[in-house]
Amino acid sequence: MEEIRILSPTAILGYGFPVESFEEGMKRRPHVIAVDAGSTDPGPYYLGAGKSFTDYNSVKRDLEIMIPAAIEAGIPVIIGTGGGSGARPHVDFCEKIIRSIAKENALTFKLAIIYSDMDKTVVRQKLAKGEITPIHPVPELTEADIENAVHIVAQLGEEPYIQALEAGADVILAGRSYDPSVFAALAIKEGFDKGLAIHLGKILECASIAATPGSGSDCMFGYLHKDDFVLEPLSPLRKCTTLSVAAHTLYEKTNPYILPGPGGAIDLHQSVFTQIDDNKVKVCGSRFVPTEDYFVKLEGVKRKGYRTVSIAAAKDPVMIEKIDAIVENVRARVVNNFKLYGITDFFLDFKIYGKNGVMGMFPNSETRTAHELCIIIEAVADSQDQADTICGFARSTMLHYGYEGRISTAGNLAFPFSPSDFKVGEVYEFCIYHLMKVEDPKQYFPITYSQFTNGN
Amino acid sequence: MQYHLRDIASVIRSKNSGPYELTFDVIFAESGMYEKVKAANIFNEKMFASLYQIPVEHIIKIVHFDPAKAVKVTIVRPIPSGALGETDVYGAQQHAPLMNLSFSL
Repeated sequence: MEEIRILSPTAILGYGFPVESFEEGMKRRPHVIAVDAGSTDPGPYYLGAGKSFTDYNSVKRDLEIMIPAAIEAGIPVIIGTGGGSGARPHVDFCEKIIRSIAKENALTFKLAIIYSDMDKTVVRQKLAKGEITPIHPVPELTEADIENAVHIVAQLGEEPYIQALEAGADVILAGRSYDPSVFAALAIKEGFDKGLAIHLGKILECASIAATPGSGSDCMFGYLHKDDFVLEPLSPLRKCTTLSVAAHTLYEKTNPYILPGPGGAIDLHQSVFTQIDDNKVKVCGSRFVPTEDYFVKLEGVKRKGYRTVSIAAAKDPVMIEKIDAIVENVRARVVNNFKLYGITDFFLDFKIYGKNGVMGMFPNSETRTAHELCIIIEAVADSQDQADTICGFARSTMLHYGYEGRISTAGNLAFPFSPSDFKVGEVYEFCIYHLMKVEDPKQYFPITYSQFTNGN
Repeated sequence: MQYHLRDIASVIRSKNSGPYELTFDVIFAESGMYEKVKAANIFNEKMFASLYQIPVEHIIKIVHFDPAKAVKVTIVRPIPSGALGETDVYGAQQHAPLMNLSFSL
């Protein structure tokens, strides 16, 4: 095989793509259609709650184009990090969609499902053996983190995908995956260079974000050869330029020269980006450097409680001038009011938009204040009822609080909505983001197969 | 001569690099200016720590990436993404102080 051609329809399954671009991709006779469905970007909630951050119908729309086209062309479809976070409920969500597409279109194909859920007993044993290390700046893993974790997933590399391809799978759905693996698996199986295959996968996983103008909802096409790969956007509106591709290499990474993944890292120190025509870029020189031991990344979240928020605003110039003191006094009133009643363990926060709402993480870096403020009062407590209580009391206290110098005595807050308070539900936090040593890259990723014949 | 970063950069952005890090990219509009800024070592740990009012030890890496005419700064996220107290889950709006940065060359 001289060339492997890979079609990446969209940056995240469910983000959509123009059918015209997809058809351009199919005209180029790809050997595989691959898509990444996951990210930790939307935060810890989705892994914890077992919910997809992309919508059922949006995911179904994308797969309903991809799967029948691939079956007709006789090529595999590979889906990584099904359901967004890749734990069992997320994979089940995506499987349900695939089953419904199979039925509605009377499709015949073999489905492989690769699971990535980590058994807590295994993680405990690995911890005891010293085979789990934190990824800086994450703290050391503790027994309590494992105990408290709701779901723990491990990021799989290309090896389980290769196993499923060798077993003749036409559609592969996997749990939490290293993003480039879905694009690189077939190429590595066919003996292409792993450094180039993974670097290509690293770019294809974001589809047309690496083009200019960039888009996360348009297709990108990759041609992998023995010593290089070529990227081509499939919409006439976009071009790949050496700058757009190189700039993408920076995106969401710690160090653009060394990109670590399962079993090793790709080293881009010798990578050369060349413009080969108006809209295509060739890349060569990227190398895969294996680590001595094979590590997979674990991700896990724990439940912190339940959240209620209230949205309010202020325009009064005296109030705005005194806002810091008002917040502190209201907070003290809330704590004091419920101390004897027995509600003491809660988190209460006031996000002050127009002051430091957006950059609350860096409280001293910006100090300007706007002429009106949006105030989000947030309570997190052990139960939804308690969160409602704390948030509601903080809201009513702030509404009527008699701050020093107050002239406007009717009410301190403008509420855009009635009701003013919103139950947000469960709150999660990341507690596991560690590397775990494995003997065999396929060991913890069981695969099940099912054969569909005319949709059944 | 005094330069404002937003006048000489084509991209200034911030984003999570995983839930525990924040990363900032500045891509320069033309290579002459990129080379000058790189040679003058404008982006150094002390400058960045002072801009964001964070300890110098929280800067994980500052790297100049010639193929993209870019400098990248990665820091410890003050809290992990989505932890209590969060204000920007994706970390995509933490770049504003860079927009207002000016320096002389």
